[in-house]
Amino acid sequence: MEIAVADQQSELTLGPVLFNWNPELWRDFYFRIADEAPVTTVYLGEVICFKRAPLFDTYLEAVAGRLSAAGKTVVYSTLAEVMSKQERRLVEEACANPAALVEANDGSALLQLRGRPHHIGPFVNTYNERTLAVLARGGACNICLPAEMPAAAIAAFAAEAEKFGVTVEVQAFGRVPLALSARCYHARAHGRTKDSCKFICENDPDGMPLRTLEDKPFLTVNGVQTMSHDYLNLTGELADLAAMGVTRFRLSPQSGDMVSVAAIFRAVLDQGIDADEAAARLDALNFGAPFSNGFYYGKPGHSWNRAEVS
Amino acid sequence: MTDATEYQQPELVCPAGTPAGLRTAVDAGADAVYCGLQNVTNARNFPGLNFTLAEVEQSLAYAHARGAKVLLAVNTFPPAGKFRLWRDAIDGAAKLGVDAVIVADMGVADYAARLYPDLRLHLSVQAGASSPEAIRFYCEEFGIKRVVLPRMLTVAEIAELHQQIPCEIEAFVFGNIGMMAEGRCSLTNYVTGLSTNMDGICSPAADVHYEEDAARNLTTRLGDYVIDCFACGESAGYTTICKGRYLCGAQSEGYYAFEEPVSLNLSALLPDLMRAGVTALKIEGRQRSRAYVKSVVSAFRKAVDDIMAGREAAFASLLALTEGRRETEGAFPSKRWR
Repeated sequence: MEIAVADQQSELTLGPVLFNWNPELWRDFYFRIADEAPVTTVYLGEVICFKRAPLFDTYLEAVAGRLSAAGKTVVYSTLAEVMSKQERRLVEEACANPAALVEANDGSALLQLRGRPHHIGPFVNTYNERTLAVLARGGACNICLPAEMPAAAIAAFAAEAEKFGVTVEVQAFGRVPLALSARCYHARAHGRTKDSCKFICENDPDGMPLRTLEDKPFLTVNGVQTMSHDYLNLTGELADLAAMGVTRFRLSPQSGDMVSVAAIFRAVLDQGIDADEAAARLDALNFGAPFSNGFYYGKPGHSWNRAEVS
Repeated sequence: MTDATEYQQPELVCPAGTPAGLRTAVDAGADAVYCGLQNVTNARNFPGLNFTLAEVEQSLAYAHARGAKVLLAVNTFPPAGKFRLWRDAIDGAAKLGVDAVIVADMGVADYAARLYPDLRLHLSVQAGASSPEAIRFYCEEFGIKRVVLPRMLTVAEIAELHQQIPCEIEAFVFGNIGMMAEGRCSLTNYVTGLSTNMDGICSPAADVHYEEDAARNLTTRLGDYVIDCFACGESAGYTTICKGRYLCGAQSEGYYAFEEPVSLNLSALLPDLMRAGVTALKIEGRQRSRAYVKSVVSAFRKAVDDIMAGREAAFASLLALTEGRRETEGAFPSKRWR
């Protein structure tokens, strides 16, 4: 039987760090990615909370330089939820440098990036071919689809994107973004508000676990964001996604060993190691949560479904 | 004493889950009613609710004869390959001459703007446009005439926003308040496999289960997950993930991680909202009963008329209609809510 080896053109990307990491750890994480990880594109920038941005700002230039020197494309991701003056200013600053490649995560960034090449992030609701046409008209050259897109829609979208010369990216690893709010749930859990938070989220490098009243792991709080407890793992779906025309697979940073994660995904793409083997290798990295892939199959997002043998 | 001349007469926009509900809202004093079709093209795709195109046509005649407008919500996000249903909804709305279509998806907005340049477009709260720049993007791209604001801005922020955008503002004033930014929540899909954005479904009744133990404590579940437990006699809200109780390391017992089961009631802030430049006041509740719609719409009709006439507005009767009989002004009075 023939082993399905995905298109060698498939690229791995590293999404923006969504959590509040210690600035030095943040810097060192990216230095190691630059030196060792088989990813072609790295997204940088604060997507969740404007208050966190100044914390690692001092290292942004050094990190971007190291990544570029290592031959990686650096893309700056903008805030997902934009409302206050400070939030608007942060997006404006991210979009201000016409030479920088920026990933838009809300409508205000779309306005400011219109007319020049840019990426569309997973927090923009890009679900269909007509939305694709609007965004491509505005200069979008790469679109990362929302996490909940099922396979049939991804396939239909990717087929159309090719006609516009737009590359399609999907998240393939890491906790899944599920919701955004104006309220900070990290602060709320500690009896504080967003204004008085004292950066309590820095204690949870992979987010704060929420369990049900039956003590079953359920969700993960990351400031104003709610994420899955489990880790998305699409190693078993990479070949099918590549066949649909998806060329970029996003690994969303967690505090575990992301260099090894990237190596495992690369091995799936290049050597065709099967999903069971990939899952076993990922499991050995001890992320401390089960895998899921339900959205891809149009099933509950938290569920784990075996890829159909083709 | 307030000076009535500083207020702009707002349009009272009321929910219509059924044709009978629409007539009730119009009779109770709605300036406009909003409704959706019986399919996934609208964000309240609940069983037993919503309209056929023929019903929209009849309802338009009823409303127009009484000076009220009908707005059609086509405010979900078509997944690629399934755009036809949304296209049909826009075609139908244009053919029938609805007063406006409420859209969220950029593709749907683009289709409507290109094919029917005279069709008035409102930007649904599901589009999540919460900054002047985001709103301007939609206005410039699709000719949006009115934005329905997310329920996360303070009144002061709304007043400032009003000065910075080229379209009208519609703001929610009463009803169920979801905690997550609208159009940006996949929690229901994560648990049930049905999507709020693509299927118009939040917390589907078929996946909600109630279990009562011998001591009459009530456990509510959505799919595989416990959402809340209510002691005997404790009043239970509708089971949605964002209003459940959970455990976390920072709390000694189950707590409302996102929000308590409360309803939005901005009646006390009405004069402020009217001064802030809000063109339309929106009442949530297409899934609610006709009796509910009649009470809420009548109360707001009277209040708006009182304020416009320079009289004090009274709202005592509204609390009984809020979820779990508990109400909140949410984000609107101050940033401390965040």
